[in-house]
This record gives sequence, C-alpha cells and structure tokens, in this order.
Amino acid sequence: MTVFLQHNRVRLALHTLRSGDGPRLLLLHALGDRSPERLPAEFEPWPGAVFALDFTGHGSSSVPAGGGYTAEVLMGDADVALAAIGPATVVGRGLGGYIALLLAGARPAQVRGIAVLDGAGLAGGGDTPGPAVVRGVPGALSAPDPFALVELGSDLRPRPYVRRFAELAVEASKMADPIAVCARQRPAWLEAVLEVPGVVEEPLEAALRRFALAG
Amino acid sequence: MTAPVTDEPRFLTYPGARRPDRHRWVDSYGVRLHVCEWGDASGPPLFLVHGGSDFAGTFDVFAPLLADAGWRVISWDHRGHGDSDHAALYSWDADVRDALSVLDATTPDAVPVVAHSKGGGMMLQLAEALPYRLSKLVVIDGLPSRDPAPDVSDHEHRRFTQKTLADWLDHRRAAHINLRKPGTLEELARRRKRMNPRLPDDWLRYLVTIGARRDPDGWRWKLDPAIRFGGFGPWSPEWSLQRLKELRVPLLGLTATVEEEMGWGTNHRALLPYLPPRAEIIPFENTGHFIHIEHPHRVAELVLEFLR
Repeated sequence: MTVFLQHNRVRLALHTLRSGDGPRLLLLHALGDRSPERLPAEFEPWPGAVFALDFTGHGSSSVPAGGGYTAEVLMGDADVALAAIGPATVVGRGLGGYIALLLAGARPAQVRGIAVLDGAGLAGGGDTPGPAVVRGVPGALSAPDPFALVELGSDLRPRPYVRRFAELAVEASKMADPIAVCARQRPAWLEAVLEVPGVVEEPLEAALRRFALAG
Repeated sequence: MTAPVTDEPRFLTYPGARRPDRHRWVDSYGVRLHVCEWGDASGPPLFLVHGGSDFAGTFDVFAPLLADAGWRVISWDHRGHGDSDHAALYSWDADVRDALSVLDATTPDAVPVVAHSKGGGMMLQLAEALPYRLSKLVVIDGLPSRDPAPDVSDHEHRRFTQKTLADWLDHRRAAHINLRKPGTLEELARRRKRMNPRLPDDWLRYLVTIGARRDPDGWRWKLDPAIRFGGFGPWSPEWSLQRLKELRVPLLGLTATVEEEMGWGTNHRALLPYLPPRAEIIPFENTGHFIHIEHPHRVAELVLEFLR
C-alpha cells in the first residue's frame, strides 16, 4: 500500500511493506534509488510494521522543477514520514543512512535507533568545497531527478557539522547505543561520527534485534 | 506582478522611485523568474542582484540612476521572492544557477554586476566558477565575513541545538499549509521595519505595494512562506574568504559600518588579507546594511565611476 504525504510542494510516496502492530521500521533508500517493492529478506525478522519512503525526486514521489536539493530538505522528507507513522527505528542505505543520522539528531525522541548501510550517496562531497561550478542539468523531470543525483552526490558533510547530529542523537536517546554503523564504507564524516560514544559498529541483524526491543 | 492599487495611491510613489520600464520572464529549468529592466533596451546590460528576503523592486530608486547614465539595468526576483515562482526546493546552488539562467537569457557577453548582501555571495561564486561571464563586480555589504550572514538560509550554526532542528522540521511539516500573516499595508511596513530599522517609513510602505499582494483578508508579502530567515546547514565563512583571494574579476566592495540584523557585519580591515589584487573596499560611515537605499546617489556615482 502507498500513501502520499505533502512536504511543502512535494508529494512524497510512503509505502507500507508490512502492516501490523509492534515497533515500526522506516527504510530510507540510497541516492538515485527507490523504495523496494517487497519487504527485503534482511528485514523479515523485524517484529512490527515496515514502511519505506521515496525521497523528493525519487521513486513515486514528485520531481520538482529546477533542483535545489539539500540533505537538510531530505531530512524534512523523512520527518514528514515520521509524523505519519509515529516513533520508529530508521534504517538507511547510502544517502538514506546519512539522512537517518540527521533525523536522529533532530528528533531523538521519535527515532528509536538508526542503522547506516552501504549504498549510493553515503560519501557526499567531503569537508570543504571543491572548485566552484554552476551545475545546470537539463531536467527530464522524471525520477530519479538528475538534479538530485548531482546536488546530493556532492553535498558537503563537514565532520564537526555531522558529528553534532550524532551527539544530539545520543544525548537525548533512551537507547544505550542508538546509532549502528553497519556499512563498510568509511567516508570522513562517518569516521568522525564513530568517535561519538553511543555510536557502534554492528551487523544489521544485531542492531535490528536491539532496536526492536526498544519498541 | 502587483496589480495597480487604486485605493492606497499615496504609497504608489516614492521620491526618485521608478518602476521598471520592461518586465519579462526567464525559465530556469522549469522555475519561472520575473525579470525587470530599467533604461534604454539598446544600452549595455548591467545586472543588479538583490539579497535574501528582498526583491528586484527594492532597486526602484537605485536602478533608475544607473539607467539614466545609459545602462540597460536588469534585475530579477530570486526563486520564491517577489513575482518569481515559489519553488519546491531552495538552495544556494539553485540561486546561483538561476542567476546564470537570467544572464544567459540576456546576453552571452561578459557583464558588470552589482550585488547586495546574499546576492554578493552568490555572484562571488559565479565569478569564481565562470570568470569569463562577469566583467566587473560590485558587492554592497555582502563580502564574506567571519561572522555568520543572517540572510543566508543555509549557514552553519556551529552549535545548533536540538530545538533549532526541531523548530526547523516543525516549520517544514507545516510548510504546505503555511501562509504569510495578512495585515494592513501599515502593518506590513512596520514588520519590515524590524528588519530594515534605518529605512524611511514611506519607502517601506512603497515596498509593500510591490513586494506584497492584496488578498481579501489583507496584504501579504509575496515571499514564499517556506523560506525561513536564518537556518542551518554546512557552511563556513572561511570557505568564502579563502576563495575571495583567487577572484579574477575586478572587485569593488562597499561595506556598512552600522550593525543591523540583516547586515553581514563585515569588518573591512579583517577582510584586507583576503582581497584579490586590485580590489577596492569603501566603508560607508554611519550607514547600515542597505547602503544603496540610504545613499543611492553616492553609490550610483561610485558604481558608474568603477564601470567607466
């Protein structure tokens, strides 16, 4: 089942991969990707409902004109989904993993725990800007939006900035270790996040077991 | 564009103010931008770039002074501002890209640009990315500074709090139903006075008739309510300062000396080590952020001299 949620002028597709009671799980896809059509095997053991969100410009969500993507706006996408489903554990691939971290820092009471998985867009554009470029992308206006690929593939993730989100998440969380890094990729921002107490390296299976217990 | 306001005629004019001679639209990858021009259409083009929360009509006094000297003066409302489309997304890069769309739609040649506040930052980036596109650059109180620039929506609050983030997300959750607060023309002028405390009341009333629209329940600023003053995001003034050194386009910077909420708090002496060769900085004594509105004639003279 898919419902559409409004985030400013964008219509976001939120898919229910499995309905039911118990703890909720929200899946965030990688850059240029879309939500899976069926519940992936690795989330089968999850004891409750599983949702998946298509980010702005991706999957069945609307593709806005003229670009202007930022990771912070995608955090807003995920937050609109959170408002619809209630407190949840969030698992993100690639870019979705980074967005999950931002959301955990901003909404620590509603995000039970997060798991960061490998995937497109995990690295981002590093600490500081490279050469200035003005990037125009002839818009096909179909998902995935080429503007999203260009802008979110290179958005800056300075270590002190990203680390702050991890600190906020851990400070306010009721969980012992609310941030699980299951990815093998290690962009600089993720190395910095791993230095924060409460951020652990852990297989996805183990992280999901812990987070499911938190409800 | 604002429909004529028939029953509040006394605010339709302001001494020295002149509405643009021509209006047109530019499509920037699907976002429709409102472009206006003052002066002879066959004159050499000169671009004016407004700052955050502003609109091209704020040049109604300044632009005609340049147009009367023979320039074809062109400005546009940034996405979400003035009469341009309210977009789904806003970012610094998108604003710079839109700027290039307006330049490209006008001329392929290198052009002089005068930019205020956030517009200055945008044009410094354009000058670095495409130096062949600009012939000269004037930045009015918009040169980088170590202090955060308040009209840049995505600057870094180094120690942003969980509340900052939650407030921003709450704003995003409601963005699709948010409307600007309606009010009388006087009320809107008073609200703007809080951001522009040094500008004359009659000027702010005049701006309402251009930058706001009249709905059945009152006047509303046209600025997209999804756009928020201030914010957070990865940005550091140090990045802009370092890049300033490499600027190849001749630069004239005018800096304010009176701190204001909208101002960039640029300390011109602190800026000196970062200036590119041949750049000139002129601080304006006892002047706030809107230097070209407080001193339109003096700024126009300096700009015309610099462009000569």
